[in-house]
Amino acid sequence: MKKILALCLVLVLSLSGAAFAQTIKIGVFEPASGDNGAGGKQETLGIEYANYVVPTVEVGGETFDIELVIVDNQSQTDKAVSAAQSLVDAGVSIVLGSYGSGVSMAGGEIFQSAKIPAIGCSCTNPGVTSLCDYYWRVCFLDPFQGTVMANFAMDEKAATKAYVLTQLGDDYSTGLGFYFQRAFAALGGEVVAGEFPEGTSDFTAYLNNAINDGVQVFFCPTSTTSAALIIDQAASLNVPFALMAGDTWESSVILEAAKGKNVEVFCSTFFDEKDESSTIAAEFVAGFKAWMNANPDKLTNNGGNDIVAAVSALGYDAYMVAIEAIKTADTAVPDALTLILPSVVHEGVTGAISFNEIGDANKDMAYIKKVNNETGAFDFVKTQSVADLG
Amino acid sequence: MIDKLLPCLLSGVSVGGQYALIAVGYTMVYGILRLINFAHGDIFTAAGFFMVYLAASLPLSLSLPLVILLTVALGFAVERVAYKPLRSAPRMSVMISAIGVSYLLQNLMWYITGGLAKQYPVIPWLSTSIAIGPTSTKIVTLFTPVLTIILSVALVTLIRRTKIGMAMRAVSRDFETARLMGIKIDSVISATFIIGSFLAAVGSVLYFSNYTSVTPTIGAMPGLKAFVAAVFGGIGSIPGAVIGAFVIGICENIIKMLGYTTFSDAFTFALLIVILLFKPTGLFGEKISEKV
Amino acid sequence: MKKSTRMIIGFLLLALLFLAVWLIERAMGTNSMVITVLKKGAVYALIAVSMNLLNGFTGLFSLGQAGFMLVGAYTYAVFTIPMAKRMAVYQYYQGGIIQFEIPFFLAILLAGVVAALFAALIGMPVLRLKSDYLAIATLGFAEIIRAIIQYDKLGPITNGSNLLKTYPTFTTVLFPFVVSAVCIGIILLLIHSTYGRAFKAIRDDEIAAEAMGINLFRHKQLAFVVSSFFAGVGGALLAMYQGTVQANAFKSAMTYEILLIVVIGGMGSVSGSVMASFLFIACSEWWMRFLDSELMIGTFKVPLLRSGFRMVVFSILIMLVVLFYRRGIMGDRELSFDMFRRRKGVASK
Repeated sequence: MKKILALCLVLVLSLSGAAFAQTIKIGVFEPASGDNGAGGKQETLGIEYANYVVPTVEVGGETFDIELVIVDNQSQTDKAVSAAQSLVDAGVSIVLGSYGSGVSMAGGEIFQSAKIPAIGCSCTNPGVTSLCDYYWRVCFLDPFQGTVMANFAMDEKAATKAYVLTQLGDDYSTGLGFYFQRAFAALGGEVVAGEFPEGTSDFTAYLNNAINDGVQVFFCPTSTTSAALIIDQAASLNVPFALMAGDTWESSVILEAAKGKNVEVFCSTFFDEKDESSTIAAEFVAGFKAWMNANPDKLTNNGGNDIVAAVSALGYDAYMVAIEAIKTADTAVPDALTLILPSVVHEGVTGAISFNEIGDANKDMAYIKKVNNETGAFDFVKTQSVADLG
Repeated sequence: MIDKLLPCLLSGVSVGGQYALIAVGYTMVYGILRLINFAHGDIFTAAGFFMVYLAASLPLSLSLPLVILLTVALGFAVERVAYKPLRSAPRMSVMISAIGVSYLLQNLMWYITGGLAKQYPVIPWLSTSIAIGPTSTKIVTLFTPVLTIILSVALVTLIRRTKIGMAMRAVSRDFETARLMGIKIDSVISATFIIGSFLAAVGSVLYFSNYTSVTPTIGAMPGLKAFVAAVFGGIGSIPGAVIGAFVIGICENIIKMLGYTTFSDAFTFALLIVILLFKPTGLFGEKISEKV
Repeated sequence: MKKSTRMIIGFLLLALLFLAVWLIERAMGTNSMVITVLKKGAVYALIAVSMNLLNGFTGLFSLGQAGFMLVGAYTYAVFTIPMAKRMAVYQYYQGGIIQFEIPFFLAILLAGVVAALFAALIGMPVLRLKSDYLAIATLGFAEIIRAIIQYDKLGPITNGSNLLKTYPTFTTVLFPFVVSAVCIGIILLLIHSTYGRAFKAIRDDEIAAEAMGINLFRHKQLAFVVSSFFAGVGGALLAMYQGTVQANAFKSAMTYEILLIVVIGGMGSVSGSVMASFLFIACSEWWMRFLDSELMIGTFKVPLLRSGFRMVVFSILIMLVVLFYRRGIMGDRELSFDMFRRRKGVASK
């Protein structure tokens, strides 16, 4: 009897061992808490959905399961270091993420020293890739996004003066604010700048300053946590200008905050779920919505509705690029993936993805959206590409 | 100029009123226990979360008193669990315990909320926007200083005229003698924490009606600033704490108006250091001997 | 045992420790969690001991440690970022105005010196204050330092509030061990000198110490400056460990964390602080990580386990130490040969 039991045990163990050997680990480096928690969860959803669509990959003629190792970097650069280290310790082949540039820059240093490649989903600061040889990304960059919004402010809002509000110690916020400021000034506009420290809840002073300065647009690329406060206070001050921001504001947090209030909100983003020109995108939107609606947990993580956020689409694309790289390299060894990634080309949900020598995706199109205060949804305004800007 | 100054003063007075309600809790506890209650800011935050979760299922008429009740219970529990056992320990130990409680409360709130900002429920009357001259603001902005002043006058009366108030004054003057005179020290201290937490709860309702997101660490900064206000006004003095809070609130907003936004927090601490160096007893530390 | 033999055995043990650490690195590879814990633990050990010198040995309740670490970390990073990378790091400030770099060991030293300078300046007014007023004033100064470093106009030097990176980091786990050991050794020498005895006298009874002819202010200033020097060095090491540094992370919460390490180790015990640092880091980074992820045993989902639970359990443990084991691991004793001998003696009886 004992012998049989021992035999069974050995069998089970070796089987499970074999099962382990057939797994490739992909790290998901995203915030699930902190200022950017809401957006990070949506990006993770995109990755999880991608994993649901493509759960395995062929390497060397064998089928490997893909296991997602998800860590929470808490939206803070110091916590991100620990989170990145636990991914490295878990032995992941490649890392996806993060939402937010500061945490990506902090994590990049860890991935670089461990020689593990990473694909950023929606981190738009140039420093993410330019300062790290192991980082690639599938989205556009802040110099482009800032220019797009500056042009939009000039052309559509006839603005000559803008207030730029950024968060101290948030690399995304200061970066995008800087590039907007530079582009707006280059177009002949005048800029007033303000900064706020982390944890600020009183934005009335900044808004009042902007009113007194007589600006036409208030550009505030911030986390959604601050955004909700800014929108609420702008509405109660009855501000005469429009609020504008970057990709972080394409979130249901913003929609909730602005619903039923008298305030104009614009943001630029990577993707529009209603854009039906691409069949890949249409398929993704339909599938993603169905998947979320079938899983109540996922729907909660998306903010309680089934609106497809651009960051989810980017998360999906980043996963697919990683799969493409593993297939092309025919191995999941990090070093090999690092070598192969520059040449990977992928037709993604958010457009065609190929990388330049720095590691950035060659992307040149942004979607500008406006919050509809009555329905609490985003209205598509226009797309803008570098070529349009002349 | 008045166009610029009016909104700035308005929000200054409103922020000041909110700081005042927290500062009173600090100053009373310090007056009696000689303890900087680092956890006070977190009790304020906890009150915010109580409201978020209660209002999700209960009507405001029920959740509002419940929030105050729960906050008071929390303040009471913190004192009993974390400070009472250390009554005879060195002051540094009690302060470390206070830091530990603050750490625990923040981590606990982080865990329960998943570290995400929660939207504070709209309290109909307070959140309405009204126009004042060239600017407009929420009613709560105007209501806060009024309520703050009413509450602090009531509190001063309580301390001057009632038996428990007299006991508090006695304990703050001399711990040991008060005990010998038959004053139940523990219940006096509990009463102090209950009053402090009550005011923190009221302050939190006003604060979050104005700034509608609650995050686990949001109370830390207002807490520290309120403490500075208490020191500024002369620690132990209730009118001092209230005036100190208004001064800090207004100064902070003027600094922001002038464009030195990076330094709005640092200014508060600079003020604290200047006060500590040149007039350690604060504005009213000597004149008003009403220590609690 | 003679003093000299004890010294020799001590050094031998230290060498053995280094060897063990080196072997662990060889065996486990640089990417494993053990190595991470060892690196961070060594850095925190130095910082905790530097804080203990103030709070535990001199009785000055200072909460400014994060501020001095910040100064140290920034000094190190600003002066060691390679020229080639400056343009990209200081992307908003045209590469910054500091157009040279210095060797990393000099930068570490400089980090300590700059932090000590700041401490000397701040100490002059602040050290007059008593207990909790001192605590809140040092806390305030740390916040002011943070605001100044984040100031946009200083951007060409500090890169404003933005991340600094690409400077040299640890190449081996031995490096933080050696630097920390040397620094802690110097602190130990100081504690055992006449200055150290004066510090303890001030801690135990300020008035009596003054009556004995100890110059209160001078000794407090010395303890403050030395402690800040090593906090600065610790900050530089922390920057090396993290690979990136940003002023935003050096909040008062960081000081509280270090204070709690000191309390767990025992106020007034160097060896206690060192042990507590490794314990604290191992728990928070490694052993208790499992509490943060959901766990399924079969179809049964273990309750409570969720992101953030680790820190809750952790802070409850800390509260238990603070309330019931107020003396911490070591109290104010040190780990020594005598201690083991006495233990043995008791056991053999």
